[in-house]
Amino acid sequence: MNAAALFGSLRRSRDGDPALLSDTRTADPRLADPRLGSPMPWVIAIVIALTVIAAASGLALRNAAARASADLNGGVTVQIVTAAPADRNHQADAAVAMLEKTPGVIDARHVAQSELDTLLEPWLGTRPGDTIDDLPIPALIDLRLAGPATPARVAALRARIAGVAPSARVDAQAAWLTPVFRAIATLQWLAGGLIALLALATIAAVVLSARNALVNHRETIEIVHMLGGTDAQIARVFQHTAAMDAGIGGVIGLITGTVAIVILGRQFSALGSGMVGGAALGWVDWLVIVLIPLGGVALAVLTARLTVLSALRRML
Amino acid sequence: MSKPDAEIVQFDNVGLRYGTGKEVLTDISFTLYPGRFYFLTGASGAGKTSLLKLLYLAQRPSRGLIRMFGTDAITLPRERLPGFRRRLGVVFQDFRLVQHLSAFDNVALPLRVAGVSEREIAKPVDEMLDWVGLADRRHARPATLSGGEQQRVAIARAVIARPDMLVADEPTGNVDPEMALKLLQLFESLNRLGTTVVVATHDVHLIRKVPESLIMRLDKGRLSDPTGALRYPPRRPSGEAGRPPLGFAPA
Repeated sequence: MNAAALFGSLRRSRDGDPALLSDTRTADPRLADPRLGSPMPWVIAIVIALTVIAAASGLALRNAAARASADLNGGVTVQIVTAAPADRNHQADAAVAMLEKTPGVIDARHVAQSELDTLLEPWLGTRPGDTIDDLPIPALIDLRLAGPATPARVAALRARIAGVAPSARVDAQAAWLTPVFRAIATLQWLAGGLIALLALATIAAVVLSARNALVNHRETIEIVHMLGGTDAQIARVFQHTAAMDAGIGGVIGLITGTVAIVILGRQFSALGSGMVGGAALGWVDWLVIVLIPLGGVALAVLTARLTVLSALRRML
Repeated sequence: MSKPDAEIVQFDNVGLRYGTGKEVLTDISFTLYPGRFYFLTGASGAGKTSLLKLLYLAQRPSRGLIRMFGTDAITLPRERLPGFRRRLGVVFQDFRLVQHLSAFDNVALPLRVAGVSEREIAKPVDEMLDWVGLADRRHARPATLSGGEQQRVAIARAVIARPDMLVADEPTGNVDPEMALKLLQLFESLNRLGTTVVVATHDVHLIRKVPESLIMRLDKGRLSDPTGALRYPPRRPSGEAGRPPLGFAPA
């Protein structure tokens, strides 16, 4: 063949990139060695598993708080605290009758004695001969308001009820649980803080790994630069590696974390407590959890890109 | 393409020192024109490789002016370097092959960098490997190739994308005379297609094979000009100059 013919079929082209360092035999565009041999996917897997657990806990706590506060929001408890049973029932009936006519009240229910006995049973017992009836237990009225029981509304109710039932104590149900809600909010912040720290750990791991790869492949990078490769083309190779690492690690982490939260969920629901029962995860929550590894991949790719580009800028 | 005789490279009083050492290149002034064939000669340590590094934009000079493809190459912003480098083909003295890629993929690298589709890559790369006698070694990694074979891969990589300027540092140092001739033919074909060729060598026989070539000679970091073609402003090589003098006469 004529040497000139060698160049005949080839047009000159000045830009583009795609599979820069791909090896046509193995279709392996990575600079580095097989990934599971490197610690990166495992570091990412641990971080993603912890993130999944923290996120699931945060979401479950939020659900529990939301459920409880929805239950309690319009709830007001009226206790008629007087020792004489007849007077107590009389005042309670009068209060219920008045409350049923009060605007904004959806439901006013005099809690039956049998129900009160059931509520007290775990504490006082039902041994034959025990006569709970003899104990001066307050009469209870369970009140549902349209809308939240604000302190002003509770105060207004208190004033009205005082007219017909002077021994009444009126309390918004939510008020009982305020410290619990506050603790839940703190735990949610804690979960958020943990997720932020785990994101920082991911960034640190990717930066270290990318810098390490840059040092190991400096020679190749210089060659690609000399052949007219752009920083973006070189960065893409590293981004690909980071995406693979984070993808593999993310899947492992997601599976591990999900197994952990399912086990935790089973154990908590076995407790049978009303508050914990409201902590189940909805499908939106599961969607958020499944998206965590994708977030991890995006974070790893972005970190690798910025790390590599800033390092390349120092080369000629 | 550049206009005929519009200079492709122009050096003006260029000096280069590494760190705080003494200057390895001093007062280098010359002009290269498109489509010409240049040899750069000089003893070992005269500064040939340093001069080539400036030519292929791997090094910025300590002083002086360099214009390439009509643009000031010294103040060239980093983002524009890749575009310039894609117009260059470089045969490095130490080959600089990517060790984890096969011969085929090393040769294909400039095309891939330039965004040529995979469909269009296989044929020219295979033909080029065939030309340099490595058709049966296309899957071999550089580490398994001999020095001469690596050099041929490096040359194939340098010419595959039909650069505007080819810069080759001792490109025939590791091959037998027959292959050297064949590689030279490759450079000449490229040259006839309009590529400016700059070959650093101290192989006198090689230089004799290209009678129309122009010669730059480096001596202790300074440029002498045996063919009188490189002065700034340049003097045209005369038609009847015939074979260029190879006397390595003192400047």
